[in-house]
Amino acid sequence: MDATTAVPPTDELELVLALRGGDEAAFTMLVRRYQAAMLQVALTYVPSRAIAEEIVQEAWLGVLQGIGRFERRSQLKTWIMRIVINRAKRRGSEEARTIPFSVMQPARDDFSPLVDPDRFRGPSDPWPGHWWSPPASWSQIPEDRLLSREMFEHMRHALDHLPERQREVITLRDVLGYSGAEVCNVLAISETNQRVLLHRARSRVRAAVERYLQQ
Amino acid sequence: MTKDRTRHMSTEMTCQELVELITEYLEGTLAPSERMRFDAHLSTCSGCAAYIEQMRMTIRMLGEISEESMSADAQRELLATFRSWKAGAAQRDA
Repeated sequence: MDATTAVPPTDELELVLALRGGDEAAFTMLVRRYQAAMLQVALTYVPSRAIAEEIVQEAWLGVLQGIGRFERRSQLKTWIMRIVINRAKRRGSEEARTIPFSVMQPARDDFSPLVDPDRFRGPSDPWPGHWWSPPASWSQIPEDRLLSREMFEHMRHALDHLPERQREVITLRDVLGYSGAEVCNVLAISETNQRVLLHRARSRVRAAVERYLQQ
Repeated sequence: MTKDRTRHMSTEMTCQELVELITEYLEGTLAPSERMRFDAHLSTCSGCAAYIEQMRMTIRMLGEISEESMSADAQRELLATFRSWKAGAAQRDA
C-alpha cells in the first residue's frame, strides 16, 4: 500500500509495544498501513461496502483488545488479517441468513474446465489437445485500455463471481501482493491447496478479461 | 503451430495440458522434467506464449485494482474507538 512509503518503515515490535502503551501515532500508522487491505479482504466475504467498513472497525477493536496478548508467533499483518477474516466470515454467514445473498454466490464449482475445451483440437485431429482457437497476444493493446476503470470494474465483477475460497486466495495473492507462504498462513491452508485455488481463480479472471477485450 | 510433425512424440506437452500447469510453472513448483516439457512446448507454440503472457498481464492488472480506502467518517470513528479503548485501559490500570 502506498501509505507505507509515506512513513519510514518502523519495526513491528516497536509498533506493537507502542500500541500496547496507547500511542496514538502508532495506531494511526498501523491503520494507514493495513486498513485498505483489511477492507479489501472484508469485501471478499460480504457484498456491501458499508458492511465491510463495519467489519474493519470491529476488527480494529479486536486488534486493540488483543494486542496485549499478541505473542509474535505470527507476523502482525497475518494476525490482523485473521481477525478481519474471522469477523467477516461470521458477518457473512449472518447476512446470508437475513438477505437473499445468493445472487453473489457463484454456481457450484468446481471441476469445469478452465479453458473452453472447444478451443482445442479434438482426438481425431493430427494435433489433439493443441489450440484450435489460440489466444491473441495482448501486447498491442494500449495500457490505458488494459488498466482502464471499466476493465477493473469488469475484473472485480469476475472476482465477485468466483467461489469464496478462490476469491480469498486471489485477493490476498494478486490483489494485495501476499506471498504464497503468507496466504497459507493467513487462511490456514496447505501449499498445494493454495496453488490449486489460485490456479482456478487466475484462469477464470484471465478468461473474463479476454471476453471483455473481445466485446 | 510451427512444429515439425515428425518430432511429435507422446511425451510432448499439449496446449490443453499446458494451460492446466501454468500456475505451477509460474510458482516454480513444476518437477524439473515437467518444466523441461513445458519450456520445450512454449518455445515453439505462439498460442501458448500468448496464453502465458495473458496470464502474467492478468496478474499485473489484479495488482492494480485495489483502490479501497475507508471513508472519512469511518476514519473518525476509528480514532474515537482508539481513544475510548485507551481511556478504558487507563482506567483498568489505575
